[in-house]
Amino acid sequence: MGGTAPAELIRESSDVRSDRPWLTIVWNDPVNLMSYVTYVFQKVFGYPRPKAEKLMMDVHCNGKAVVASGTREEMERNVQILHSYGLWATVQQDV
Amino acid sequence: MGTGFQASGDKITAHFDPAEAAVLRSVVSQILELIEPGTTGDDPLERALGIGSPTPPTDPVLARLFPSAYPEDEKAAEEFRRYTEATLRDGKRADAATVLETLAPGRVTLTPEQAHAWLRALNDVRLALGVRLDVTEEVHEEIARMPEDDPRYPAFITYDWLTYLQDTLVRALW
Repeated sequence: MGGTAPAELIRESSDVRSDRPWLTIVWNDPVNLMSYVTYVFQKVFGYPRPKAEKLMMDVHCNGKAVVASGTREEMERNVQILHSYGLWATVQQDV
Repeated sequence: MGTGFQASGDKITAHFDPAEAAVLRSVVSQILELIEPGTTGDDPLERALGIGSPTPPTDPVLARLFPSAYPEDEKAAEEFRRYTEATLRDGKRADAATVLETLAPGRVTLTPEQAHAWLRALNDVRLALGVRLDVTEEVHEEIARMPEDDPRYPAFITYDWLTYLQDTLVRALW
């Protein structure tokens, strides 16, 4: 019985940006409480309270903030969880 | 009038008078009416796999509860929505259901897990009200200035009370 060599999956990375990290961005909105946003950052990311508060203030004052970075899959996971808490979060690739 | 949430040992408690419990039941029930179960598409296989529609909701409240994850990339946004919105819908429905199951006039005692369901459900209710009332960062000043006979007053007072209630719950959990 003959066999065939396994086909080699060749992935051409034509996208030279593919090794740039991906980011989770949280956007400000007028409904979400500052206490709540801080708490969600602590709970979802495990950030200590001072860091969570600083990120919350960045969102509040600047309209948005980068709250995490990593693989695209990790960022999409984050966004799912953040949406379950009612925060508006988005994914984008670092520039 | 009832009290806001407090930590009590490893439980979270609050006291609601009958009017407050009725308001909560009403607004949380509306969330369940608004958010359809996750798997309502036509294709049974897709339903079984939790795959849903890629199209963003047209209702502004639903659009806020299920926002786009990739505002600059429509294809990525559709893909993300198709594979995640059903689960998100079911999660929000489950949180609302937990509130309705544990809510009663008088003393309410919650486990930490139930308290987190309340936290998310209260936020969904405030987001929904916030969209309908076009709430801004200045909402508290607006309410303070609003005459009591303004037809919007009852809804804004409800929003204000839910804001206070959610804040006490965060602080009880912290």
